[in-house]
Amino acid sequence: MEIILSTAIGILAASGIWLLLRPRTFQVIVGLCLLSYAVNLFIFSMGRLTLSAAPIMPKGGFIDSTAYADPLPQALVLTAIVISFATTALFLVVMIAARGLTGTDHVDGRERDG
Amino acid sequence: MIADNLILSIALLPFLGAIASATLPLHAHTAAAWLSGAVMAAGLGIMAFLRPAVARGEALRTVVEWVPFLRLNLVYRIDGLSWLLVSLVLGIGILIVLYARYYLSKSDPVPRFYSFLLAFTGAMLGVLISGNILMLVVFWELTSLFSFLLIGYWYHTTAARDGARMALIVTASGGLCLMAAMLMIGHVAGSYDLDRVLASGDTLRAHPLYPAILALFLIGCFTKSAQFPFHFWLPGAMAAPTPVSAFLHSATMVKAGVFLLVRFSPALGGTEAWFYAVSGTGMATLVVGAVIALFRHDLKGLLAYSTISHLGLITALAGLGSGSAVLAAIFHIANHAVFKASLFMAAGIVDHETGTRDMRKLSGLIRPMPITGTLAIVAAAAMAGVPLMNGFLSKEMFFAEAVGWHNGTWLDNNMPWIATFAGVFSVAYSLRFILSVFFGPPATGLPKEPHEPAHWMRLPVEALVLVCLVVGVLPGLTMGGALNMAAQSVVGPDMPYYNIAVWHGMTMPLVMSLTAMVAGITLCLTFMHRIAEGPEGPPLLHRIRAQRIYERLLLALTWKWPRRLYRLAGSERLQVQMRIMVLCAAGIAGAILWHRLGLAAGKRSNPFDPAFALMWVVGAACAIGAAWQAKYHRFAALLLLGGAGLVTCITFAWASAPDLAVTQLVVEIVTTVLLLLGLRWLPRRQAEIAGDRRPAARARRMVDLGIAAALGIGIAAISYTMMTRPLVPNLGDWFLANAYHEGGGTNVVNVILVDFRAFDTFGEITVLAIVGLTVYALLRRFRPAPESAPRPAQQRDRGEEALTDDLRVPSVIMRWMFPVLIAIAAYLFLRGHDLPGGGFSAGVTMAIAFLLQYLAANLRWVEQRIIVLPIRWMGFGLLIAGGSGAGAWLFGYPFLSAHYRYVTLPVIGPIPAATALIFDIGVFALVMGATVLIQIAIAHQSLRSVRLREQEEEKHDQTGEGAA
Repeated sequence: MEIILSTAIGILAASGIWLLLRPRTFQVIVGLCLLSYAVNLFIFSMGRLTLSAAPIMPKGGFIDSTAYADPLPQALVLTAIVISFATTALFLVVMIAARGLTGTDHVDGRERDG
Repeated sequence: MIADNLILSIALLPFLGAIASATLPLHAHTAAAWLSGAVMAAGLGIMAFLRPAVARGEALRTVVEWVPFLRLNLVYRIDGLSWLLVSLVLGIGILIVLYARYYLSKSDPVPRFYSFLLAFTGAMLGVLISGNILMLVVFWELTSLFSFLLIGYWYHTTAARDGARMALIVTASGGLCLMAAMLMIGHVAGSYDLDRVLASGDTLRAHPLYPAILALFLIGCFTKSAQFPFHFWLPGAMAAPTPVSAFLHSATMVKAGVFLLVRFSPALGGTEAWFYAVSGTGMATLVVGAVIALFRHDLKGLLAYSTISHLGLITALAGLGSGSAVLAAIFHIANHAVFKASLFMAAGIVDHETGTRDMRKLSGLIRPMPITGTLAIVAAAAMAGVPLMNGFLSKEMFFAEAVGWHNGTWLDNNMPWIATFAGVFSVAYSLRFILSVFFGPPATGLPKEPHEPAHWMRLPVEALVLVCLVVGVLPGLTMGGALNMAAQSVVGPDMPYYNIAVWHGMTMPLVMSLTAMVAGITLCLTFMHRIAEGPEGPPLLHRIRAQRIYERLLLALTWKWPRRLYRLAGSERLQVQMRIMVLCAAGIAGAILWHRLGLAAGKRSNPFDPAFALMWVVGAACAIGAAWQAKYHRFAALLLLGGAGLVTCITFAWASAPDLAVTQLVVEIVTTVLLLLGLRWLPRRQAEIAGDRRPAARARRMVDLGIAAALGIGIAAISYTMMTRPLVPNLGDWFLANAYHEGGGTNVVNVILVDFRAFDTFGEITVLAIVGLTVYALLRRFRPAPESAPRPAQQRDRGEEALTDDLRVPSVIMRWMFPVLIAIAAYLFLRGHDLPGGGFSAGVTMAIAFLLQYLAANLRWVEQRIIVLPIRWMGFGLLIAGGSGAGAWLFGYPFLSAHYRYVTLPVIGPIPAATALIFDIGVFALVMGATVLIQIAIAHQSLRSVRLREQEEEKHDQTGEGAA
């Protein structure tokens, strides 16, 4: 399992980074989304992979904390998901506005000359 | 106790006065002058009251505890030296205020002038009476800052702006050096308390850091006191109004440097290095200043260089360091302040009444301005060191020190010659000042007809000149006590009482004075006309100007080098910047992890699951496909992106994170819809972009591919290593153990979000609100690209009817989904505290409900039926979240403390009723509002282009009708 997930994180991150370095705004925005998947999974995986042990507690009684998935990375990632949605939206709007202003979708606001 | 309060009021009064006078009306000249004068007079009164206590020989101290555990106290101390100088500053300050009242024109904004002047006075007094060396540095920098504001008072002139900036750069960088020196001194002496530092001279001198301390300390003092080679800022500062020049360059600002030299001479002085550096610089400055002063044509320029020269004299004395030298230095500080202030004011009067300061134009002013002329002559005589003037006495004492003090070095042996040489020039420039301005034929072609100024404007000059004379005739009676008191406070109580007398007999210093006098008069009379015709500066040397060097350096430092560096290392291209950023991030991560990331044998692993592997084969293919297609096939890339997102979502569910899975799923939906909405506004991409197949473009892609692959492998390696290591006990365990007892919920993730770490969540939703509003605001001004305005080809070809037909069945389903989705949102929200769900996912779900309505029908149809006010939702959400947090205050708990209990409702059963739930309502409302706001704002852009199209069609129709 671990090897699969880490490979997946690597592939998501590599695709994201490659797109981040591309010249078209849409490529960058897709790249950011992919990178945010990779980063979210990465942070999540810092709590290690635990199967079928969601951090839902019984009401009272002794709690063996090793029997549950680590809730802290989950809490971090949950807000990160929402925030990355917000930044994607913001970037999208900037992209649209820049396109309207400059007439091109190149990240520099003008086509590469020569 | 009274003395304590008085010292504190001395320290605070000027600043309070500054604030008060800043609030005065714009042209309240008289009120501002009265206020400033009163503040200074009050200060003088306090000093008079403190005199007997100071005269007993002990420093008066007041300590205000500020940050005790850092040993930071506000310590003020007044001893003989600071008493004398504070009195001097305040005394001359009053006269400056009086003078400025008549000097400034009616149109100058006075509150600014007087409040800066008072604040500057406060900073200067702070330097003089600080008992803590760090505090001293703060006040020191404050004097630089306020002098900048004062010099730049007439900021509409370039000269004032440049002069002010130059003064600030030079003195403030000196101040930084001084701060470094003070920090080292504090480190070596073990205390920042001035008394302790002054007492630990032996430790300081013996310490290996002593040379560094000395160098930095002296740079600080020399820049402030305009010592060679940092002297050039002072003439530039002459662009200031004359009262400012008279104040800054006589009693304050430049005297701060020499004050500090004198003050620290027991701690740092007495070594050969000190003697060479301080006396050497002083003598050099003395000569350079005196020589250049003779060749200046500008009245204030001459006085400026003369000031530099006299400061050099004081510095040279401070370098000698013997008791009598210190006394002479202090005496000359006072004397120079008095005669130079009066000369500046006299020059200001000449400027004010004639309209020029150019000595080549001025002539014969003694006839229209007899009183001012006489006053200036007496003051200039004091500057030249004519007997029976105060300047003569301290200069004689300097000559005596130059002759009498011996350590046998070449500098010491040559001191009398250098001193006499400088004396010659100082006589010559004083004489030139008087002869060219007040004597000779009556001036013609002056901008104004010269006449005597208002009496009140001349009064300060009269007072100062009177002081020159009285001190010159009766030095022992007037100044003897205070001077000995000041010198004793520096050197020590066992310094013998120094008797200042006018007549010592026909001594060596007197011979030197007379020689200088005769030679100076000869020099001036012989060359005066030639000097007036020559360039502004000494022959041959006038081409080498320290100011030019400074300007070149500044240009290089702030313009040329940064630009060169920028061209070398920077780029305007985002791709290059991104590449640098990515590589830097990778480099930092690599540097941190290097040698630490051994691929340890897996201690923790889950069994390999083929289904999971298969799922990620699809996920990885989606990701790579999206990366591959994003340039030409955006829609396909978007679908593939969604695929990768779904696989991520399932992974969360698989690995025991149901909350994440739910949130990821709903967010995935809105993100995809959002990007779909955005696609419409991008340029059509049917043909290949020109130059895409060029070798350069290919090479770039290959390089980036390499970077991306390397980083991907690195990240995969890090996460694999982390995941296979056993989990150490951490914060998460505490959350697991206490979620139910402390937070009243069984879903630990949700309890963390709305209870344990609610403040973080609060910050986060605030960010979300800001982003929502930013998107909304940006889109209000948005204009679509002209080529995106027309109806898309797909719609044009088939007509609107076909489009509605396509969506007939889905739109009915979507419309009926509205109540269902609301129910799901409510369900997700209510179970959130105990089971996966919560405000975030419920909020986004609710937003999807609205979104579907917008998709199902056209926008106008929806908005006629549902009133959506996303901004209000956001506002109330933030208020509810903040209010539920603030509610805790009512019960005496910190912000966002939560309380919980279970409430049994009929039919539904027990539900958790925690205050955290209220907070979660806020989260829900805000997330929903922000998401809907963003979506609607983008969706409305289509409406805008529809409107644009309608307008154009109308126009078209009209022209068509007209033609018909």
